[in-house]
Amino acid sequence: MHSTTSDMRLGPLADPQLFNEPLDLGNGATDALLGYYRSMLKIRLAEEVVADLYVAGEVRCPCHLGIGQEAVAVGVSSALRPTDRVYGGHRSHSHYLAVGGNPAAMIAEIFGKGTGASAGMGGSMHLYAPEVGFHGSVPIVGATIPIAAGAALAAKMDGRGDVAVAYFGDGACEEGILHETLNMASVMRLPVLFVAENNLYSSHLDIKLRQPLDSVARFARANGVEAELVDGNDVVEVARAAERLVRASREGRGPGFIEAVTFRWRGHVGPNEDIDVGVRRSPDELAAWKGRDPIGRLRSALINAKRVAPDSFTLIEEEIRTELRDAVEAARAAPYPPEAALLDMVYANGGQTS
Amino acid sequence: MSSVAYCDAIRQGFGFVMESDPKCLAIGQGLWSPWYVGRSMDGLDRRFGKERVIDTPVSEGATTGIAVGAALHGYKPIVIHPRMDFMILATDQIVNQAAKWRHMLGGHCSPAMVIRGIVNRGGEQGAQHSQALHSWYAHIPGLRVVMPATPTDARDLLIAATQSPDPVLYIDDRWLYEWEEEMAPAADVDLESVGGVLRREGDAITLAGASYSVKLALDAAEILQTHGVTCDVVDMRILNPLDPAALRRSVRKTGRLLAIDGSWSNCGFAGELIASAVEGTRPDEWRAMPSRVTLPHAPAPTSKPLEAAYYPTADSVAAAALDIVKKST
Ligand SMILES: Cc1ncc(C[n+]2csc(CCOP(=O)(O)OP(=O)(O)O)c2C)c(N)n1
Repeated sequence: MHSTTSDMRLGPLADPQLFNEPLDLGNGATDALLGYYRSMLKIRLAEEVVADLYVAGEVRCPCHLGIGQEAVAVGVSSALRPTDRVYGGHRSHSHYLAVGGNPAAMIAEIFGKGTGASAGMGGSMHLYAPEVGFHGSVPIVGATIPIAAGAALAAKMDGRGDVAVAYFGDGACEEGILHETLNMASVMRLPVLFVAENNLYSSHLDIKLRQPLDSVARFARANGVEAELVDGNDVVEVARAAERLVRASREGRGPGFIEAVTFRWRGHVGPNEDIDVGVRRSPDELAAWKGRDPIGRLRSALINAKRVAPDSFTLIEEEIRTELRDAVEAARAAPYPPEAALLDMVYANGGQTS
Repeated sequence: MSSVAYCDAIRQGFGFVMESDPKCLAIGQGLWSPWYVGRSMDGLDRRFGKERVIDTPVSEGATTGIAVGAALHGYKPIVIHPRMDFMILATDQIVNQAAKWRHMLGGHCSPAMVIRGIVNRGGEQGAQHSQALHSWYAHIPGLRVVMPATPTDARDLLIAATQSPDPVLYIDDRWLYEWEEEMAPAADVDLESVGGVLRREGDAITLAGASYSVKLALDAAEILQTHGVTCDVVDMRILNPLDPAALRRSVRKTGRLLAIDGSWSNCGFAGELIASAVEGTRPDEWRAMPSRVTLPHAPAPTSKPLEAAYYPTADSVAAAALDIVKKST
């Protein structure tokens, strides 16, 4: 665990030369760890598929890829159950997939097909899979933070111990709505987990150019919300923090906040690496962050501990690749939504006004 | 004279106002990025310094309020909102504050400033990355609203907005960024001298709109010409306060009106155009019922075929105009 008290800086966690060794697996069960591995790899490969489709010109809708950030969603989701209520933003492929959102429905959505997660009406930035607890993502920065808190209010009133999760970035912490929501969730003791993925960038701007201090957990503490600062590329550490804070929420002890420090390998939007924008975003910086690879670190740890035979990894990868290949084929073949959908979905009774 | 694209004309406008007024500053998201607002701000930070060309955190409300405050104390801020959809988060500062301070504080002060909102749609971006909300804002007394269609206006209305003693919302449309035009050198522009203009002359029907709708109207006019129908194209340029003189003059001549708007119909700008034409004409001056081309009453879709069905095109505008003409001859 990294400083959880009054520290307002990321310190060593922001230095990609550090924390790049194999993960400390502790006494984690091998099955669970292998589950994390599979889930992270599925997210990684699915996003690579999307990136390739974009490069090939098959996909046009804007896609914000979270390659490199997989451990956050997978660690958090390990503490969740399908009746919990998860909300995301513009970069939410991982949040959707980590709770078990169907990759085929995600890819179809990105193609704009009627079989997509949002019936082809939303694209990459509008995913939806309530059957597994993913209740929606939208790209207005910060917009789902209070909505998740509202889902938590409903969960609290339902009294079944369910929680809500809001995923957002360091940039979203610059919107007033985060601060309003932290305050309200705190006084109302709402069972909501705020998950800030601090990837040190908002679009082209380094956090140093946007905030006086680089740890956003300070905003939670200022509102009396318990916060944990974790290595967002260490799935074990994220899972442990999520487990503790989610349990507290389920037991009626109010909201929690995880700040997971991570880095996106691709640009703000689209498949490129964007090493030409921003202050620190240089080829060296990116290469260093790739050394803190959340998937590679888990894999090395499992191999070093002789917990898993190397060919198990090959098998997992092949399975995922097959699933994704089928998903792409199905998306290509699927029909677009009918033109009537344009008006039919505006109101409960359709959109015809005259 | 050389040919200048709309987005470069915007940048030239910034260059002119920041050069001529040392108290003018630009503030908003993406101003230090080479691509965030197209190339419309490119290099301004290097030319005028990062003290006067300020990239901001993701804080639309505070950014706009900070500009209001600086404007109340002698500076001339231009706030840039790279997408109108995100500008919604600044709407209190625009509508409740900037637009009202002069009036509600007895006429003694005015946050004279420019708010630049960019319409950025299409490309399968969807419901929250596509909106053109000019009609909302043009509803507000105290907030001048301008929408340039041509490269020259893109530059000159920015200059006029910046030199105005009132808060002005300047709205540009990324679908116009590559439109090129020869431009005379930049000069001071008095916003109050700017009104609607006739961009093309004909006699069968008046096509009226602002911003990208003018481009659609001009392209539709070309199509209509091949059907032997000639039309007036009126570019309104300023939505608030609306100057209907050119529109009414044109309608009196043609007796027919098609209002075109890149946003929704209900309580929208196209309806305002029809109302102000009707209010300033006699019934016997009309040869046909006026009509409008707008978006379907739905949020923007992402899916390719739905997007194609969603936005008006020169063809759909020409077809609507032809329909009016045919029904009334
Ligand atoms: C209200 C609003 N303002 C601006 C934007 C444009 N925008 C989209 S993503 C983004 C960066 C957000 O950064 P962060 O929250 O750190 O998330 P990340 O992109 O790093 O995942 C911005 C500024 C937006 N979508 N919504």
